[in-house]
Amino acid sequence: MYAIDYRDRGTPPSTSSTLVTVDIDGRSVTVPAGTSIMRAASLVDLDVPKLCATDSLEHFGSCRLCLVEVEGRRGYPASCTTPVADGMKVRTTSDKLMQLRRGMIELYVSDHPLDCVSCPSNGHCELQDMADQHGVTDTRYGLDGANHQHAEVDASNPYFRFDPSLCIVCSRCVRACDEVQGTFALTIQGRGFGSLVSASQNESFLASECVSCGQCVEACPTAALVEKSVIETGPAESAAITTCAYCGVGCSFKAEMRGEDVVRMVPNRDGHANHGHACVKGRFAFGYATHSERVLSPMVRDAITDPWRETSWEEAIGFAATRFRALQEKYGRDSIGGITSSRCTNEETFLVMKLVRAAFGTNNVDTCARVCHSPTGYGLKSTLGESAGTQAFDSVMKSDAIIVVGANPTEGHPVFASRMKQRLREGAKLIVIDPRTIALVRTPHIEADVHLQLRPGTNVAVVNALAHVVVTEGLAKDDYIAERCEVDSYRTWATFIADPKNSPEATEAITGVPASLVRKAARIFAEAGNGSIYYGLGVTEHSQGSTMVMGIANLAMATGNLGREGVGVNPLRGQNNVQGACDMGSFPHEFSGYRHVSDDAVRGVFESHWGVPLQSEPGLRIPNMFDAALEGSFMGLYVQGEDIAQSDPNTSHVVAALSAMECIVVQDLFLNETSKYAHVFLPGSSFLEKDGTFTNAERRISRVRKVMEPKAGLADWEVTVKLANALGYPMDYAHPSEIMDEIAALTPTFTGVTFDKIDRLGSIQWPCNAEAPEGTPTMHVGTFVRGKGKFLLTEYLPTTERTSSRFPLILTTGRILSQYNVGAQTRRTANVVWHSEDVLEIHPSDAEARGINSGDWVGVTSRVGGTLLHAVVTDRVQPGVVYTTFHFPESGANVVTTENSDWATNCPEYKVTAVQAVLVPKPEEWRKHHPMVLQVHDSALSGQGVGV
Amino acid sequence: MKAERLVEMANQIADYFRAEPDRQEAIVSAAHHLRRYWDPRMRKQIIAHYEASGEGLNEIARAAVGRLAGGDE
Repeated sequence: MYAIDYRDRGTPPSTSSTLVTVDIDGRSVTVPAGTSIMRAASLVDLDVPKLCATDSLEHFGSCRLCLVEVEGRRGYPASCTTPVADGMKVRTTSDKLMQLRRGMIELYVSDHPLDCVSCPSNGHCELQDMADQHGVTDTRYGLDGANHQHAEVDASNPYFRFDPSLCIVCSRCVRACDEVQGTFALTIQGRGFGSLVSASQNESFLASECVSCGQCVEACPTAALVEKSVIETGPAESAAITTCAYCGVGCSFKAEMRGEDVVRMVPNRDGHANHGHACVKGRFAFGYATHSERVLSPMVRDAITDPWRETSWEEAIGFAATRFRALQEKYGRDSIGGITSSRCTNEETFLVMKLVRAAFGTNNVDTCARVCHSPTGYGLKSTLGESAGTQAFDSVMKSDAIIVVGANPTEGHPVFASRMKQRLREGAKLIVIDPRTIALVRTPHIEADVHLQLRPGTNVAVVNALAHVVVTEGLAKDDYIAERCEVDSYRTWATFIADPKNSPEATEAITGVPASLVRKAARIFAEAGNGSIYYGLGVTEHSQGSTMVMGIANLAMATGNLGREGVGVNPLRGQNNVQGACDMGSFPHEFSGYRHVSDDAVRGVFESHWGVPLQSEPGLRIPNMFDAALEGSFMGLYVQGEDIAQSDPNTSHVVAALSAMECIVVQDLFLNETSKYAHVFLPGSSFLEKDGTFTNAERRISRVRKVMEPKAGLADWEVTVKLANALGYPMDYAHPSEIMDEIAALTPTFTGVTFDKIDRLGSIQWPCNAEAPEGTPTMHVGTFVRGKGKFLLTEYLPTTERTSSRFPLILTTGRILSQYNVGAQTRRTANVVWHSEDVLEIHPSDAEARGINSGDWVGVTSRVGGTLLHAVVTDRVQPGVVYTTFHFPESGANVVTTENSDWATNCPEYKVTAVQAVLVPKPEEWRKHHPMVLQVHDSALSGQGVGV
Repeated sequence: MKAERLVEMANQIADYFRAEPDRQEAIVSAAHHLRRYWDPRMRKQIIAHYEASGEGLNEIARAAVGRLAGGDE
């Protein structure tokens, strides 16, 4: 069932630039050539009956309800499969057409239960609508013949149910899985009357290849596939457009509501980032917002060993403000700071940044992007002039060759992955650069042309080798470089990169990638008409993360692949508002719009607007805050929406730092690992409970709309306002739109952004200003933001994190589709059905050498800590490499990661940790001999229970 | 903060800029990076370490911190 307020036009729009005019039932309509009669009719408010057609899918022509009459043509063509032609005259209704349609509907109804009143789709069922429209209340064929009334219901999926008795075998679900999602998990099994929708090889939905994106459920015209939430809650009464709170794709959704209850989340077909698609997290995993573990009352305690004491907002905020000021009095102004969240809105992030700089009077503000994409900001600003991706997601549909490096889009950014797979099925070439055999390397209907399976930590050597081939084989776009780039920087770089040490043959010993594959990949990319690069944390979370981002930008410039559609450098952001949090000035050295705090003119504007003097020196980054805490010069922290004790590396170091601080204020939905060290807990509000905006990985600013009152009484931005006022710094906003107005007034790339404009346009990609009043889908068109593109040298330097006889394996980390980051949200949903614990992937040869089988407990130790994980023996990882995720606190993945970090930004090197893995027959015995940080948690946390 | 950690970070920065063909440019760039991205207390501590012995600082890093100490950044 598509969104309750959506008007489906039956077939997708045509992209033709040629227009044709047709007459439909006496109404003239001009549409692009290739438009179906069905769609053209819909555009003049004539809805032709249909069942197998929906505008998210290509036409199919099976239900025979959409028959029409075309003047001068014989028969009754299906309007969904028949394109309009100039001058065509069409009739959509006649006695004969009604007779034909009624006959078809009778056949459908003859094998369909007629108890519509008790059906969860009652009122939104397309078969019901068709029967009503055509006056079919019974069937001449009776209901006693062969039927599917007793077919077994498949309720295996936690979020939806398949009832074959309600299925009309229209194939919309199968086509949705194929065309939109690209998983090809469904098929119609059997023939004729025996035709049935089947998942994989006639398996249950849960056991099949189905990835639970829900596209089939939405496509279903009846209740054969229906959300369990609809069955449980009842039909929705209203819908509001909002933006997903999960990954950086930033899908637009309609939150369908029944009172204050979310009935379901339906991806918005008019959404610019997702065009009506969704993944299992965004569509289904919203239950955390109303989970019983939400903390709804502020809490305080004098010491972290005390139990929490529930209190009023006023006391909690006063407690925090008093403590923060006391710390500044005792240890100095710069002894406190704050961390903004990529899970919060732009407006909330901006306010925390303002609170720290203006109310605290320090620049000790940082954001969780520190530990993910800070090298993106540094690398792209240095080379191209702007700290952001260059394209819209739609751009991939014009790519001829795509490099995916250090990213796993089918797991981490599934909706974009589906779009990319559509383009790959159309014939674009694919180059995957990843230590693991990720799904894109070989998945239904997709196979990478080249997989460069490099050793972890050797990204820069690989990108240098690719560039070496481009330069030395004469594949560089000299005209583009001469026109668009600093020629001197190119010459210096070209000399550097052409050095034989950067050749594929020389780097093969470092990277483990055969030189012939590197040469093949470089040629594919350089010789493609449009080459695009998509990357993720496998690029940034390295000691050379920033260098690798520069290397990617260098490669794109050298091949002329920036400044138009189909090309570009595209960071896939992990959290929904990583881009926004960075844009809002969350880094300690820069204000919103990426302007350094030492710039007197910029700082002066902020000082004038905010009415206080601001510091001109950069503040502490998150890892620096930890170091300073242990040294005794950083003693108080306000953390909004980030669980640093779980997500940051070397947990024992983080825990020691947090324990050393004298006032930690955590604002979050749930008690988490960090709150174990906190003195004040301020309840957060979910994305359903507040207004604001998120900015996704394509710089797209989209609205977040409040559909229910904040469960704890205050939205997050209101909490920050109260804290500022308690600190004696006045803040006064009636609505988040006023905060955006302030952002626009202070940020050159946002000057044209208002809530009203976003509402009008649907979304806006910044820069949005006088030069680009409706936003900028593609950056660097004609000229780079910095003027000329700058090539920077990217010498490969091996990480200091080396394997040894004690730690012979490299541990690398990543994500899985069903879970999200530290799991605070998804662990509290039925998504645990798919992934209930983090596991260790280990290659068969490494496993055999250690006597490890799948399912065994494995002790994983590094130079800083150890943890226990269950093994999965798989050749997805290469020999010498093991892999895990970090979604569950009890698995302690970051207990073993080290403080190694990117040279430019201190982004942690999560992707390379030397470890040993051993079979552990008796986990309890192993724990006794390998004290883990979890035990530190336990000892510190006697007081985690809530005292009332 | 621990001097060893600051030294390690300064050396990493210096290592990146070492690829510059012009050694002086590498030193200036490393010093500029420290100036733009390091909190004042970190700069103060690395300067103190440099003035005490500079132990562990590589050649470029030592020269870069020297520029900070001399007020050239």
